[in-house]
Amino acid sequence: MDFRFDIVYEYAPLLLKGTLLTIWISLLGILFGSILGLVIGLGKMSPKRILNFPASAYINFFRGTPLLVQVLIVHFGVVPAIYGSTNSIIAAVLALSLNSAAYTAEIYRAGIQSIDKGQREAAYSLGMTNRQAMRHIIIPQAVKRMIPAFGNEFIVLIKDSSLVSIIAVPELMYWGKAMQTQYYKIWEPYLTAALIYFILTYSLNKLLGYIERKV
Amino acid sequence: MIRVKGLSKSYGSHTVLKEINADIMPKEVVVVIGPSGSGKSTFLRCLNLLEKPEKGEIWIENTQLLAKGTDIPKIRAEMGMVFQQFNLFPHMKVLDNITLSPVRVLGRTPEQARTKAMELLRKVGLESKADVYPASLSGGQAQRVAIARALAMEPKIMLFDEPTSALDPEMVGEVLGVMKTLAQEGMTMVVVTHEMGFAREVGDRILFMDEGYVVEEGKPEELFGQPKHERTKSFLSKVLH
Repeated sequence: MDFRFDIVYEYAPLLLKGTLLTIWISLLGILFGSILGLVIGLGKMSPKRILNFPASAYINFFRGTPLLVQVLIVHFGVVPAIYGSTNSIIAAVLALSLNSAAYTAEIYRAGIQSIDKGQREAAYSLGMTNRQAMRHIIIPQAVKRMIPAFGNEFIVLIKDSSLVSIIAVPELMYWGKAMQTQYYKIWEPYLTAALIYFILTYSLNKLLGYIERKV
Repeated sequence: MIRVKGLSKSYGSHTVLKEINADIMPKEVVVVIGPSGSGKSTFLRCLNLLEKPEKGEIWIENTQLLAKGTDIPKIRAEMGMVFQQFNLFPHMKVLDNITLSPVRVLGRTPEQARTKAMELLRKVGLESKADVYPASLSGGQAQRVAIARALAMEPKIMLFDEPTSALDPEMVGEVLGVMKTLAQEGMTMVVVTHEMGFAREVGDRILFMDEGYVVEEGKPEELFGQPKHERTKSFLSKVLH
């Protein structure tokens, strides 16, 4: 097997651009996903059915259907319905955000519910309102426990973002496929793409380990 | 000071409190004893609404707690509670555990709260622990901090829910000592405990609970000396050696 480093070299600038876009859409996905996920997670924890039912339905839908299907629905359905025409990058960020919101909602819920109920009772017994107990007692403790789960979700999102190549977002996988189509080569584009994804997730993993030890 | 009328509470089909009536006078130390599962902790937790009773009335001075529109956090702020498991806030230093609520709930300045907290830590003998995290405290120390934290709210009433049950035997004395001092200073206290020596020595009145009822109540010398009910006798014969 002759591995043609020359075509990898030729595609290097495009792969680099693609990698940067992969990082960007994943970052925006986890950012918007975390914000929306907080709202949905709080909704799911609410005892009021009018709040917890839609939140549960949302989580079930986005966790129970393939991301690929969600990407296609958002790209060909949701974005055109809002803007009149579609835009693949906006569709990609939107689909990833909506999807990760469902997972982060569960991270928030699990983190908050993992705090011993005695903590909340102690806060209440000291005259704190529900909001004060959350802000000063529950959330500061829960956030620490959420960090590893958030890290995992970010790593999953980086890998899953490769799916948006199907709607022609020029991210890393897109350029890998372009390279494969041009040269009819398998190993060069896909091994290179795999290696780059691995470097991203592995270094993120290390960074998270470091943050966990610090906190 | 506290008047409980016809208080009932059940979990599903299991009734834990059956028509409880009780009066607690200012400066009185009422000790609630009884076997496990008799409802004594539930009764105590109903007093500051950590448990919601289904029926009955709880009057704290002139407020009926179970009436609609009662400002529950405000009521709770006037009642201190000490838990079996201490429930200190592990992410805060001892001093911050004590000052948090006076600052956030009562609106004290941080300096006022700090001065008061140091005074209370001195009282429970733990001045030197102000800047450590709860994880480094022994059980007895943690419980004394928990008492200081409750006192920092300047409560009118203190509720103790088996405060020594989670402690190693050699640490029970230090916690009971603090509670005794508090009683001598005239604090109104309701104490759920298995410490019969404390009940007899410090209690002004004993409530004996079994199966959700207050079976018998009286002064310690009466209740321990001449219990009237069979169930009281049988319980006391098991716990007093």
